[in-house]
Amino acid sequence: MNQLIKFKIDGKECMGEKGQNIVDAAKDNQIYIPTLCNIPGIKPRGACRICTVRVNGRLMTACTSPIAEGMEIESKSVDIENLRKAIIELLFTEGNHFCPSCERSGSCDLQALGYKYQMLIPRFKFQFTDRAVEASHPKLIKDHNRCILCKRCIRAIKDEKGRSLFAFGKRGHHVEINIDTKLSKDMTDEQALEATEICPVGAILKKERGFIEPIGQRKYDKQPIGSDIETLEH
Amino acid sequence: MSKTIVATTSLAGCFGCHMSFLDIDEKILDLIELVEFNKSPIDDIKNFTKMCDIGLVEGGCCNDENVHVLKDFRAHCKILVSVGECAIMGGLPALRNTVPLQECLEEAYLNGPSVAGNNESGIIPNDPELPVILNKVYPCHEVVRMDYHLPGCPPRAELIWDALYALVTGDPLKLPYEVVKFD
Repeated sequence: MNQLIKFKIDGKECMGEKGQNIVDAAKDNQIYIPTLCNIPGIKPRGACRICTVRVNGRLMTACTSPIAEGMEIESKSVDIENLRKAIIELLFTEGNHFCPSCERSGSCDLQALGYKYQMLIPRFKFQFTDRAVEASHPKLIKDHNRCILCKRCIRAIKDEKGRSLFAFGKRGHHVEINIDTKLSKDMTDEQALEATEICPVGAILKKERGFIEPIGQRKYDKQPIGSDIETLEH
Repeated sequence: MSKTIVATTSLAGCFGCHMSFLDIDEKILDLIELVEFNKSPIDDIKNFTKMCDIGLVEGGCCNDENVHVLKDFRAHCKILVSVGECAIMGGLPALRNTVPLQECLEEAYLNGPSVAGNNESGIIPNDPELPVILNKVYPCHEVVRMDYHLPGCPPRAELIWDALYALVTGDPLKLPYEVVKFD
């Protein structure tokens, strides 16, 4: 077992193993720090910045920053939570997130964070960016309107040789997720389902499966995101 | 004490939010003790007859008539509330926002599977009596100032009731997790 070290989150004394990142160490201490791009067990990327915390006056991503002895982490202060809410609102206005017509609605991490922060309306202007829906792949639908470019699919869905089935294409604000058609031509149903589930929003959807969970039984219908880690007031 | 005066309207919406409002069931008897309706499809008053306290607006703005009605609401209501996703972000009508308007009209009247070959004169309706379609569907708060927003498609009946009750009585509004939803 690694060396145990002490640190504090919002004044609460916590213990963690040396080398652990802040998100995982917080989870072990029943403290929920929101994440979108992070996947437990896979090298963190710090892409979405939702897990932003303040340490020593500096903002840093809790998924990529390791804990240190005596570290004092600020996570639930009003301005940190407001920063996170602003990121959620930016994501909602930058893409085209029509929740009522999305089959991921109710089980969507982005939407669940919108609920967590009680986003009644984003403070930014809706962009209505022109994005495509692609259904040419035999097993998957890609809806670029909903993609938040978190790279979860690229990092998690690989073939037996470790090659990613997904990749970024194009540049700048035109960046979008592509599927490697050669590598994914023999994609199994299990892999297609895994890709659907690894996507935090409804950008990758397995075909012939739509709206499979009834309203009222979906992941975030009754329980807020993070309530598996921490008892949240709601 | 005189009753609070409420007006409601459906712009580019499906009337689902009004249906959800009626889902307060027997609480409508309590409601009628608290409020009086003015311009609203509920009592079929077509034009404002006095200043109102609260205006509930369903739907966004997809044509110039919607803009006219919304501005009329702003002028006649002290508090305006966006009710539902369409009022908040354009909702499903705003799915057309990434398609050029000309293309939308041609698809609807000339090229769509149900009209192709049947519209021989090739006319896209253009009678001056018809409202002019806007280039995009706009959320209400991009047209006039909106004071409050109730998300949902439709907003849950409890949310509409709780918000209206809080506005009428001045009681603090609670937003339970189960009632604030975007679908």
